[in-house]
Amino acid sequence: MPAMNMIQALNSALDVMLERDPKVLILGQDVGYFGGVFRVTDGLQKKHGLTRCFDAPITEGGIVGAAIGMGAYGLRPVVEIQFADYIYPAYDQIVSEAAKLRYRSAGQFTAPLTIRSPYGGGIFGGQTHSQSPESLFTHIAGLKVVIPSNPHDAKGLLIAAIEDDDPVIFLEPKRIYNGPFEGWRDRPVSSWAGHPQAEVPAEHYVVPLGQAAIARAGEAVTVLAYGTMVHVALAAAAHAGIDAEVIDLRTLVPVDIDTVTASVRKTGRCVIVHEAPLTSGFGAELSALVQERCFYHLEAPIVRVTGWDTPYPHALEWDYFPGPERVAEALRNVLSGEVA
Amino acid sequence: MARPKTSKAAVAAGKNDVPPRDQMLDWYRSMLLIRRFEERAGQLYGMGLIGGFCHLYIGQEAIAVGMQAIKRPGDQIITGYRDHGHMLAAGMDPRAVMAELTGRAAGVAKGKGGSMHMFDVEAGFFGGHGIVGAQVSLGTGLGFANHYRGAANVSFTYFGDGAANQGQVYESFNMAELWRLPVVYVIENNQYAMGTSVERASAETHLFKRGVSFNIPGEEVDGMDVEAVAQAGARAAEHARTGKGPYILEMKTYRYRGHSMSDPAKYRTREEVDAVKKARDPIDHFRERLEALGYADEAALKAIDADVKKIVADSAEFARTAPEPDPSELYTDVYL
Repeated sequence: MPAMNMIQALNSALDVMLERDPKVLILGQDVGYFGGVFRVTDGLQKKHGLTRCFDAPITEGGIVGAAIGMGAYGLRPVVEIQFADYIYPAYDQIVSEAAKLRYRSAGQFTAPLTIRSPYGGGIFGGQTHSQSPESLFTHIAGLKVVIPSNPHDAKGLLIAAIEDDDPVIFLEPKRIYNGPFEGWRDRPVSSWAGHPQAEVPAEHYVVPLGQAAIARAGEAVTVLAYGTMVHVALAAAAHAGIDAEVIDLRTLVPVDIDTVTASVRKTGRCVIVHEAPLTSGFGAELSALVQERCFYHLEAPIVRVTGWDTPYPHALEWDYFPGPERVAEALRNVLSGEVA
Repeated sequence: MARPKTSKAAVAAGKNDVPPRDQMLDWYRSMLLIRRFEERAGQLYGMGLIGGFCHLYIGQEAIAVGMQAIKRPGDQIITGYRDHGHMLAAGMDPRAVMAELTGRAAGVAKGKGGSMHMFDVEAGFFGGHGIVGAQVSLGTGLGFANHYRGAANVSFTYFGDGAANQGQVYESFNMAELWRLPVVYVIENNQYAMGTSVERASAETHLFKRGVSFNIPGEEVDGMDVEAVAQAGARAAEHARTGKGPYILEMKTYRYRGHSMSDPAKYRTREEVDAVKKARDPIDHFRERLEALGYADEAALKAIDADVKKIVADSAEFARTAPEPDPSELYTDVYL
């Protein structure tokens, strides 16, 4: 089985789907001739032709709107929005059109499009190249939201997203495109080489939407994470020497609440980690869901470790980023009961 | 309503008026400062002292400098993420700009903004915007504020050929002409929106015509010629300042470096870049012009070079050694 980093795995998913289904096409800024700013679409135009993978002007609203129209008439467009921070001009089309097309037409029309977008920080992008906007989409009925944490899942989930008949927001944690970043700012960067989940089948396969994965089995406390934070959570558990059960949600909507519930009922404790700001973040939804289902099993308050309620700073990036020290401290606190 | 003009007619119209010596030497110094500053920023990036995104202005110096010549006190400047050159042209302190790049507390945005997000109220510099095209509507609002306050000020709103395809640009054009706002839209057409050439992204590649359906006059300008820029800028500013509404200038230019520091620039040939450098470099050509006019000899130009070098070295040293902001700054300037 070939070893791939996340960029190669995503490229392979797109390649497989272009090959299999003539209705699939890719559009976005710099995705064709240039091969994508992060190289995810590298070589696809050359291999599959100009009509299958092509450049669009810088016009996010127009790109997404056009893709919804393509989808309504039977195509399966895959849109790349170059950075998730650029998605807001398209938010109207995503929220008012894509998400509601099925409902508004009583199921006559659908918008089977996939919107891929690199997101998240840890790359000194400052305010407009670091954001984690997932909760702006999880809040909208009619959208599915997917965030992979490793090459194997990235490929299988992207194929599932493209084959899904509903609009999917597919957020790619750009900090881990090339390696499983654990959040230690001063340690050497590791690559995906040798990582078990960098073993990626060359052919078509699916990681179904709505199924979480247990990244680390444990008994002491449940950690809910996705994207880059899965690796941070694993590092934090190791750092604190705590037998945490780390759940990689993989899909935020629909969320695999059964896996979450079973784990928290077992451990009695829950820490939620995300990079997005605290207030109204997806952690708030997770906390409510866990509380509703596991209240009588909980032995400590649910704790969230997140980005701060500030714009993403350029300097002070590592004070903002919820790194392994902060997560480890939360793990220790929920075990000792010293929770504010 | 004036129709879009072509560059040749526009340039011919004012080419006879040679600006005074001091002004021309100022332009030279300013362009050179930007060039050397950006070269040093590129080096600091390579050394890991600047992180993240860094978009250099090298090749486009004549635009920021030529336009600055016609800016009056109270006028505003707003641009995208390729902003360092505009800030230096506006007279901002090179130390504070470089320190922002390295994320230090002494930076213009306390280090929290970084390369793409810088502001300076005294210089009338309204940013530094990382979202492509977003500043065009803001610049339109600046023009509205001038109009509302009865000030004879102009908003100089810059954007690139890539941003020219954003929908909000056209929403802004319509409002600006409808309400006769004093805005000069300056399109810095450097031929490439990251890796996508104008031809691959624009149905109409003559971007100065983009105002036609809104009745906004536009002209194409040689953006590598600081004198041509200043002359066209003066015409556009006069139009806007005298209540005739917005004006579009398409500056034909070229960026020598990649879109950002992480761009290998594989979408164009080395020959193409070299040919532009050789035939159209704004600084080399202007140096020759200064000498031909008898405005400066080699010794005078060398003295300017040495002076600029000193300023840049000082700003780099400052930016390297200045302290980082205190973590307590995380929560400042979020709300009042």
